[in-house]
Amino acid sequence: MAEPVKISVSHVNFYYGTNQALHDVSVQIRPQCVTALIGPSGCGKSTFLRALNRMNDLIAGARLEGKVELDGEDIYSDQMDVIHLRRRVGMIFQRSNPFPMSIYDNVAYGVRVNGIAGKRLQLDEIVERTLRAAALWEEVKERLHRSAMSLSGGQQQRLCIARALAVEPEVLLMDEPASALDPISTAKIEELIYNLKQNYTIIVVTHNMQQAARISDETGFFLTGRLVEFNETKRIFTAPANRETEDYITGRFG
Amino acid sequence: MPEREHTSKHYEQQLRELKNKLLLMSHKAEQMISDSIRSLVERRPSLAEEVIGRDDEIDKLEIEVDELCYQILALEQPVAGDLRFIATAMKIVKDIERIGDIAVNIGERATELIQEPELKRLIDLPIMAEAAQKILKESLDAFVNSDAELAKKVIFNDNVLDDLYEQIFRELLTYMLEDPRSISRAIKLIFIAKALERVGDHSANIAEMVVFLVKGQDIRHGTHLDRG
Repeated sequence: MAEPVKISVSHVNFYYGTNQALHDVSVQIRPQCVTALIGPSGCGKSTFLRALNRMNDLIAGARLEGKVELDGEDIYSDQMDVIHLRRRVGMIFQRSNPFPMSIYDNVAYGVRVNGIAGKRLQLDEIVERTLRAAALWEEVKERLHRSAMSLSGGQQQRLCIARALAVEPEVLLMDEPASALDPISTAKIEELIYNLKQNYTIIVVTHNMQQAARISDETGFFLTGRLVEFNETKRIFTAPANRETEDYITGRFG
Repeated sequence: MPEREHTSKHYEQQLRELKNKLLLMSHKAEQMISDSIRSLVERRPSLAEEVIGRDDEIDKLEIEVDELCYQILALEQPVAGDLRFIATAMKIVKDIERIGDIAVNIGERATELIQEPELKRLIDLPIMAEAAQKILKESLDAFVNSDAELAKKVIFNDNVLDDLYEQIFRELLTYMLEDPRSISRAIKLIFIAKALERVGDHSANIAEMVVFLVKGQDIRHGTHLDRG
């Protein structure tokens, strides 16, 4: 039986105007797995990540060739509802960006916007469940109606993860989710990612090689817009198949 | 350790230092085996004593290699080829240290044998010693040059020593059967032959780790070894 695939990317080229940022990238992302994307700055890993929920559509002159399928469905087809796509494929950014409102409202925001609103009790239940899933509930349950800005950086990032989880996505894209955090907060985010993979497909862009090694099941190494190697993480970090991967992860680069 | 230089010169320097210590240590072990056999064949008790004394240098280097490995693991978090190099270093250091111990054992038996009249002219034992030293040298060359092919050759050639041991054992057995007064000396010679056979085993261990170092493939205990 073939391995299950959540996202299938085939022969993707990506251009910012005339500048080609991705060259013929093909990869199969497995469900309920953490996939890490590593590579030097400007290698195309963030561009690739944003291509998976069409965040690049917002950039003038950006153009994609090739195919990206979510559960076999072409996400770049004319029939695809981009709002619906982004609900299924959520995103967490490097800098936590809570809205200037209460902790509760931050989590409830997406649910309300998506019109799932309904009864107050139901909303309470969703807020508690997602804050628990984001490993933040115990720390904030006494002050749900205080401003989200009163939280620490690590807590804000977990709040953003809770906000993303509240609309029940299937895939979470994370762009350097812990790079601005101290080691303890980073460890909490990593533990959270590890636990979340039971229910979600997670793709993480990170510059922190050890973080990629710790949290991911599979790792892709990007270099100058090409996906040089995609392999099991334990294989990449013990015996990578490609010389360029070896040079990069061991620090023999440039 | 991949040939390209590390961006961090300090890290590169530590890896080099580790390799140099292992090379120094293996050179000393090789020399000890060679001298211990020479002390017996040439009947030179002072050389045997000297070999026994040199074991301290090997032990000291073993500790230094271990410390350096722990330090690199803790501070540099090596991955891929560097990680395999550290893992290899930590394993082969033990084999090299054991080879030093074997040389000491041979030296001790030689000291005792030299005090008694010669049982026979030693012919097969020097041949076996030469074969053991050759295999040891090849396994270390394979390590120095990251040569997986040579390492595989060492693993296959190890049985040459097993055969030589059997031959020496049988011959000495006939001596013991003919003349019980020869038993004590014959047993000591058998002990030395067995020690040389174990040098071959340690060399094969080193060679197996070299294949792992180069290819990232574990071939111990007959797994994954292409016998073609």
